[in-house]
Amino acid sequence: MKKICGLTIDEAIHDRLLKVEPSKKDRDYDQVLYKVSIRNLDGWFGTKQVLKNINLDIKSNVATAIIGPSGCGKTTLIRCLNRMHEMTPGATAKGRVMIDDIDIYDKAIDPVIIKRRVGMVFQKPNPFPTMSIYDNVAAGLKLNGIKDKRLINDIVEESLKDAALWDEVKNELDKPGMGLSGGQQQRLCIARALAMQPEVLLMDEPTSALDPIASSKIEELVHELKKELTIINVTHNMTQAARVSDFTAFMYLGELIEYGPTDQIFKNPQKELTERYISGKFG
Amino acid sequence: MQGKTAGQNSNNNNKQKIHDMMSKHSNRRKTVDKIVSIFSIACVLAAIIPLGSILLEVIKNGALAISLQLLTQPPGAIGATLEDSGGIAPAIQGTLIVVGLASAIGIPIGILAGIYLSEFGSSTGFFPHAVRLFNDVLTGLPSVVIGIVGYITIVVTIGSFSVLAGAFSLSIIMIPIVVRVTEETLKIVPNSIREAGYSLGISRWKITLFVVLKSAKSGVLTGIVLAISRIAGETAPLIMTILGTSLFFTNFDKPIDALPLRIWRLASQPYDTAHSEGWGAALLLIIIVLIASLVLRLLVQRKGFRVKTLHV
Repeated sequence: MKKICGLTIDEAIHDRLLKVEPSKKDRDYDQVLYKVSIRNLDGWFGTKQVLKNINLDIKSNVATAIIGPSGCGKTTLIRCLNRMHEMTPGATAKGRVMIDDIDIYDKAIDPVIIKRRVGMVFQKPNPFPTMSIYDNVAAGLKLNGIKDKRLINDIVEESLKDAALWDEVKNELDKPGMGLSGGQQQRLCIARALAMQPEVLLMDEPTSALDPIASSKIEELVHELKKELTIINVTHNMTQAARVSDFTAFMYLGELIEYGPTDQIFKNPQKELTERYISGKFG
Repeated sequence: MQGKTAGQNSNNNNKQKIHDMMSKHSNRRKTVDKIVSIFSIACVLAAIIPLGSILLEVIKNGALAISLQLLTQPPGAIGATLEDSGGIAPAIQGTLIVVGLASAIGIPIGILAGIYLSEFGSSTGFFPHAVRLFNDVLTGLPSVVIGIVGYITIVVTIGSFSVLAGAFSLSIIMIPIVVRVTEETLKIVPNSIREAGYSLGISRWKITLFVVLKSAKSGVLTGIVLAISRIAGETAPLIMTILGTSLFFTNFDKPIDALPLRIWRLASQPYDTAHSEGWGAALLLIIIVLIASLVLRLLVQRKGFRVKTLHV
């Protein structure tokens, strides 16, 4: 059975994931080998090209770190994976990004629906300021039209448990989300993303605003979460990349320089540029 | 070696110089600090004293005039004794109806236009730019002119001074205030909040209404209260639209009375009873505006942290 973002083609059309005519649904999709495949992806801010011909294949249920100096396009790259990049005025992207076997840049695809399947956690914790802890986690479901209260309750509890926050907040679910500490807020944001049941979770330097203890909690989480989903983690912190990721991609000036198993990238990089960056000679 | 010592010396010299300069200026800074504080307190007083004295005068003269008769009776004969002079009940009713109707027209349009300018109109586009410009011009338009617009468009068309024409004119005064405040308040909401919403696959209008507008509601509310207070006191556009009458509300296409109009009528009569009633009407108008703004604030504050019920 061909699947798109975990749905059969019929379900996808029913969910308005695909706007194609039913007659076209039997398109011959290649067999899925990778969860995410990026092909010839270029990205621009106005006339400035920030991504240059990126090609990258990411396997299912692994954690991939994207490292590189500031301004190298790491964040832009992951923002292209849920079509968030183009929401910045003037930003454009061209190329193919396959998630399972669907090209999310296909004209038939509604970008809003892609975001429900590809979760995102941001650099700074950004819980919804007017909402309680409960509502922060439930917001994605409620605002996407899910009304079944018992289902929502179950998912909120499950997501908070998966984000390792449940024990800390289970007695104060109606307190404001903004009242939590920075590390707790970031885990709340992870729970909020998990509530949408994504298959890919994009993390944009999720620990850069956190202290070491809060950071290590998020790192432990990545280990747990990748059993369920595919994680792509942008980071400045190379020891973190080495600790949490199975694969590492090194980017420099908008280009993907080297990509491979984390061990290989850190112990035996093939490119001189990677070696110099890893050993702290620049960046 | 020598170069390094020289460098360190000049560094130390600079340090010394900077410390000297800062301590020299510290006395002056304290004096300036004091002067600025005193000056700003003086400005606050300059703003408050006229306002306070007006308020006191209105309370002093108005409190005595307020009676059950004033609140419940229509106006009596001009120049009559106190018992027969009637009240200002149609004016109270009229103000509530006209301001209420104007708010019902003006607030949704103002908020939606403000949302458009902040969330959807790109800052570089021609159209949003033009809307912003016209909105600012509209804010500065004399209310008499807006009254004439109401007269020409509605009074002349339906052939009668009317509640509708009054509400229309007042809503035009109201809209630019609400638009401006809504736009400015929504712009303060950090973009990361919108992105968080987008990343959950929530459609844009839902994020705007249920996340962005909700975060900004106290600011938007301030704009609404400001606009209501402004139109509740308007007189000039009402002369040309609702005309004023001694009768209670009959229909939306008929004239009606309003407190500012009644105050103006009473003040232009040569009788002490009329003047006293005028003060009473002025006090009532202030109280109505005060109550309206308090009620709005309470409503929003109470709803401020309702949890587990995101009404969708």
